Amino acid sequence: MALLTLSSPHAKGPQRTSTMMRWVIAMTLPGLFMQTLFFGWGNLHNVLWCTLVAIACEAAVLKLRKRPIGFFLNDYSAVVTAVLLGIALPPFAPWWVSLVATSFAIIFAKHIYGGMGYNPFNPAMVGYALVLVSFPVAMTTNWATPLPLLEQPASLLDTLNIIWGQIPITDALTGATPLDTYKHEIAHSLSDTVLENPIFGAGFSLGWEWVNLAFLAGGLVLLALKVIPWQTPVGLLVGLAIPSLLLGSDADQTAPLVIHLLSGATMLAAFFIATDPVSSCTTTRGRLIYGFGIGLLTYIIRAYGSYPDAIAFSVLLMNFAAPLIDVYTQPRTYGYVDAKRGSKAKEKN
Amino acid sequence: MSASIKGKLINTRTLSDFHGGIHPNEMKSLSNLTPITKAAIPPKLILPLQQHIGKASQVIVEVGQHVLKGEKLADADGMISVALHAPTSGVIDNILDHPIAHPSGQTDLCIILTPDGKDEWCELDACEHYEHLSVIKIQSKVREAGVAGMGGAGFPTEVKLHPPHHDKVATLILNAVECEPYITADDRLMRERASEVVQGMEIMAYALQPGECLIGIEDNKPEAITALREAVKDTRIEICVIPTKYPSGGEKQLIKILTDKEVPSGKIPADIGVMCQNVGTAAAIYRAVRFGEPLISRVTTLTGEGIQQRGNVEVLLGTPIDWLLSQYGYQAEKTERLIMGGPMMGFTLNHANTPIVKTTNCILAPSANDLPLPPPAQACIRCGLCAEACPATLLPQQLYWFSRAQEYDKAEHHNLLDCIECGACSYVCPSSIPLVQYYRHAKGEIKQLKQDQQKSDQARERFEARQFRLEREQAEKDAKRKARAEAAAKAQAAKKAAEAAQPADVNQKTDSESPITDPVDTKKASIQAALERSQAKKSVQAIEIEVPDLDALKTAWDKTQSKLEKMHDALDNAKENNPEQVEKLTRAVEKNQMRVNQAKQAWEKASASQSLEAQPSIVPEAEKAPAPDIDALKTTFEKSLAKLEKMQDALNNAQPEQVEKLTRAVDKNKVRVQSAEQALKDAKQSIQDGEL
Repeated sequence: MALLTLSSPHAKGPQRTSTMMRWVIAMTLPGLFMQTLFFGWGNLHNVLWCTLVAIACEAAVLKLRKRPIGFFLNDYSAVVTAVLLGIALPPFAPWWVSLVATSFAIIFAKHIYGGMGYNPFNPAMVGYALVLVSFPVAMTTNWATPLPLLEQPASLLDTLNIIWGQIPITDALTGATPLDTYKHEIAHSLSDTVLENPIFGAGFSLGWEWVNLAFLAGGLVLLALKVIPWQTPVGLLVGLAIPSLLLGSDADQTAPLVIHLLSGATMLAAFFIATDPVSSCTTTRGRLIYGFGIGLLTYIIRAYGSYPDAIAFSVLLMNFAAPLIDVYTQPRTYGYVDAKRGSKAKEKN
Repeated sequence: MSASIKGKLINTRTLSDFHGGIHPNEMKSLSNLTPITKAAIPPKLILPLQQHIGKASQVIVEVGQHVLKGEKLADADGMISVALHAPTSGVIDNILDHPIAHPSGQTDLCIILTPDGKDEWCELDACEHYEHLSVIKIQSKVREAGVAGMGGAGFPTEVKLHPPHHDKVATLILNAVECEPYITADDRLMRERASEVVQGMEIMAYALQPGECLIGIEDNKPEAITALREAVKDTRIEICVIPTKYPSGGEKQLIKILTDKEVPSGKIPADIGVMCQNVGTAAAIYRAVRFGEPLISRVTTLTGEGIQQRGNVEVLLGTPIDWLLSQYGYQAEKTERLIMGGPMMGFTLNHANTPIVKTTNCILAPSANDLPLPPPAQACIRCGLCAEACPATLLPQQLYWFSRAQEYDKAEHHNLLDCIECGACSYVCPSSIPLVQYYRHAKGEIKQLKQDQQKSDQARERFEARQFRLEREQAEKDAKRKARAEAAAKAQAAKKAAEAAQPADVNQKTDSESPITDPVDTKKASIQAALERSQAKKSVQAIEIEVPDLDALKTAWDKTQSKLEKMHDALDNAKENNPEQVEKLTRAVEKNQMRVNQAKQAWEKASASQSLEAQPSIVPEAEKAPAPDIDALKTTFEKSLAKLEKMQDALNNAQPEQVEKLTRAVDKNKVRVQSAEQALKDAKQSIQDGEL
């Protein structure tokens, strides 16, 4: 009688890559809801638009690469990239900015390197960095003014018309982000004066703090489900908090800790972007270092650089370092006195 | 119920923990609810000679022979081997190659026994009190009973009843963890025969005299724990209830949990004073010592939805699995595969006609509901869940990349060889990558590469030795040719010089004549010149007379020398083939040696006396004298070199067990070659010094 022969183990746990990806997407929803609540329909539109572009690009490339399209689309990794881009891009970013960012992320940052699992850089951040450098005006002037500060918020139809270039955007709808505002105004003002600006709300950042708290909540769910490791977000938040406590203790010089943690893309980065497993470190200690590096670089660029936020660049810079960190943070294997370090060639004994 | 029982499972011992581990569905209740039943005697028993780790047993019965139950069929071959016995009375039907239960599906030599149905025991050597036996007697009883580790590895148990050479056993551990899902053979055995297990452990403790005796058992077996607790009363055995986690039953993991010690990489537990045995083995030891019963049956779990009457059966070794399953309601249509062992580390059988052996703790016939076929593997996203689950604290995700990319040196550097293949990484992998399979392949490749490397090292050594010999031979030839040419040129020069001596005198005369004008002086000078002339004439004559003489002597010497060499060869031959002639030849050689010496002396004397008069003739002497010596040395050197090459060839084609012996021989010969080479070099050096 013919029996099936298979290699052990024969039992299989319940975890699936596509399930993990779907959890990541699901847990961005609270943050996306807050974005829509405080900044209008822009991000929601962008998420949907980017998803459409991502799926189209993914399918096209898979066809060109003669890979089974359904099988790979089912892993949801392209959708995760698209959702993260849609959330991260300015709400009123023109449609072609999102298109360029998403298609570049999928085609170049991901598939040129071999598709899911093979990309050395976070695809969403590659796409984001590309449009940030290429279209600085579109990327800095299209941030939305929080809706509570507007007498007449943009309707869904207005938002669509603005994004698709049918009507020009009005100045009232857009404004600088709190991080940007604080950075520029503190140079010639005192903290109390700067914080009088209504975009800071009750001393934090109006709207932004709720968006960040929502992403934090979603991230904690992912942690509990073991979809993401705890080391990366903890490392990142610590890496951002330490310099902002040490260097930013004087609120009259630089932005205080709460603004760093609850404004900009901090929580999104900590729980959803830096935790992309493919391009991050894979050892336990490595992830702490990797997260810490992103946090530190983010602080440095935010405080001393010319960009208002710095997640994309920090993540990409640490992506470069991840393989090296991995090699130097191997755990101590059972039966060994010390952990091994480095590569074989450098081993002495 | 479980809460009240767990309340009682308080440990007096502080437990440690190992990294990682997983919690797969236990599925134990499929098979642990009913008592152990006895399987019937099958129409045919297939008994592989290799059911254990080590050398296969050696058959001591003949085809057609009638044997009684418990009679020895095959003997242990060497230290790491065990005996094999007849599970029931019957006739040896055949001894042939038969498919055995092995991951490769290979065949191996098996004894086929046709039972006569009488199930008649042979005489057994029972013993009421093991304390009355010596430790050596107990060891030999266990050895004679053919007991091998019944947890799955099948290591000869007797070997583990000897304490390590220079050390005492600090901790004796009885592994009652049974952490694999589905398997309940040990669980049922402990519930029903706890006293046998405990007494078996006491016998082991008697042989090993350990510092402490521990039984490690998972908290998912409360009934077994209760039974053991009852059985260990009034003994020094301590029961350690550990949390359920796979793979706590792994030897290294259990040692870590109970003693907080780690077995160093590449070492065995005995090296840190720990000895681990399985509960089934303990029961088998008890029966072997108490009743003299050899290991002829074992408890095996039959489980999975492909079997209707699931449970544990005590089955005779050699029972064909297809026959056994047919007795217990096997539904072939429900299952595509049969697994020997558990779902984590068991292997699928190629054929169901393979037999139950000493290490078969479970036959699992899973339905698609039990163990669905794995979905197609997706790309690794380096999520690191595998590293979290790895009980050896490896980085499976990195090992996977290295194995896939065939970067075996990196994989080795990341401690691939410390992987215990427990399957925890594959179990948790969300991309459903068959990680363990990659590691198995990579381990095999690394082993192969190491063997190849060793072989190529030897081949290179051999080639270099040969190359060296050829080069040296060429150099020798060249040197000889050169020496001959030089000698000829010098002889020529000597002749010329001798011829030139006459005219030189004339010149000398004219030279001495011209400044001397005094008549007395002139007269004196003419006398002087006359004297010198006669002197010169004499010396020329001396050369002319003595040169042929020297050549003749030389020829005589060479002749005797070559004769001596021939005789030496004959003597060597005789030493190998014709011992009775050796003495005679030796005497002849000695005689000839004397002759050679005489000839040599004569020649030396002649040439020395000549060299006083003619400087050039000294050169051939210095050059030629040691030449035969060098030839002899060279011959020795070449002979030993050629022998070395042959031996290295032999080593490459050698059987594994011969390798050590041959390696030693090769090493010895290498020393010989070196000394011969050194002697040759010294001789050459001395010649060079002579020339200088």
